[in-house]
Amino acid sequence: MHNPARPLSPHLQVYRWQVQMVTSILHRATGIVLSVGSLLVAYGLISLASGEASWNDVRTCAGSWYGLIVLIGWSWALSFHLINGIRHLLQDAGLGYAIVTFVRNSWISVIGSFLLTLAIWALVFTRGGFA
Amino acid sequence: MNQFDGYRNALKEARGLGSAKFGVHHFVVQRITAISLVVLGVYFLWLVVSLIGVDYAAARSVVAKPWNAVLISAFLIAMFWHAQLGLQVVIEDYVHTAWLAVTLQLLVRFICALAALASVFAVIRIAVAGA
Repeated sequence: MHNPARPLSPHLQVYRWQVQMVTSILHRATGIVLSVGSLLVAYGLISLASGEASWNDVRTCAGSWYGLIVLIGWSWALSFHLINGIRHLLQDAGLGYAIVTFVRNSWISVIGSFLLTLAIWALVFTRGGFA
Repeated sequence: MNQFDGYRNALKEARGLGSAKFGVHHFVVQRITAISLVVLGVYFLWLVVSLIGVDYAAARSVVAKPWNAVLISAFLIAMFWHAQLGLQVVIEDYVHTAWLAVTLQLLVRFICALAALASVFAVIRIAVAGA
C-alpha cells in the first residue's frame, strides 16, 4: 500500500521558473500565515471584551516595532490571498485560461498585492497612524 | 488483487469510499466561504482601520452595534471554517505519517472550532453589554 520509495512525479527543481508557480506557492504560504493571523483576530476581540487593560496591551503590542512588522507582513499576506483568491474564483468559473491571460492575471496578483498593501498603510497613516 | 476480483462488481469497490454526490463537498464549502470572505474580509479590514486611534469605549461601541456584531461574527465563522479547510489540504499534501496526519487534522479542527466559538462569544459579550 504505502510505499515511500516509489518514484515521485517531477517537482519544483525540474521546472523552469514561471510566475504561475510563484502565485501558487504564495497562495498556500499566505493561507498558512493568515490561519495563524486568525488566532490573533480572536485574541484581539477577546481582549476587547475582557477590559480596558487587556485592550491596551493589544494596542501597545500593535504599536511596537515588532507589532508593526507583523502587521505589515500580515496585511500583505491578506492582500495577496484576497486578490489571488478572486483570481482562483474566476478560474473556477472557467475564465482566464488562455496562456497570455493566465500569466497576466498572475502578475496582477503579485503586483496588486503590493499596491493594496500600500493603499492600506496610506489609509492607516492618513488616519493618524498608531496614536 | 486476489482470485475473487474477477467475480466482484465494480460497485463493490466504490462503496464506502464516498458518494459522487458529496465528493466535491470540501471544494464547494471552500468556495462558498471564499466568496463570503471577499466581502466580509474587506469589511472587517475597513472596520479595523477605522478603529485606529479610537479609545476603548468607542471601539467597544462600534463592535456592539447590531449590524457590526452580526457581520463580525459571520466573518469569524467563515474565516475559521476556510482556514480549517485550507490547512486540511496542506496536511493531506505534506504529512505522510498516518498518526501525525490524524493528530494534526484533529488539532486544526479543535483549535479552529474553539477559536471561532471564543471570538464569537467575545463579540456577543461586547454587544450584550452595550457600549
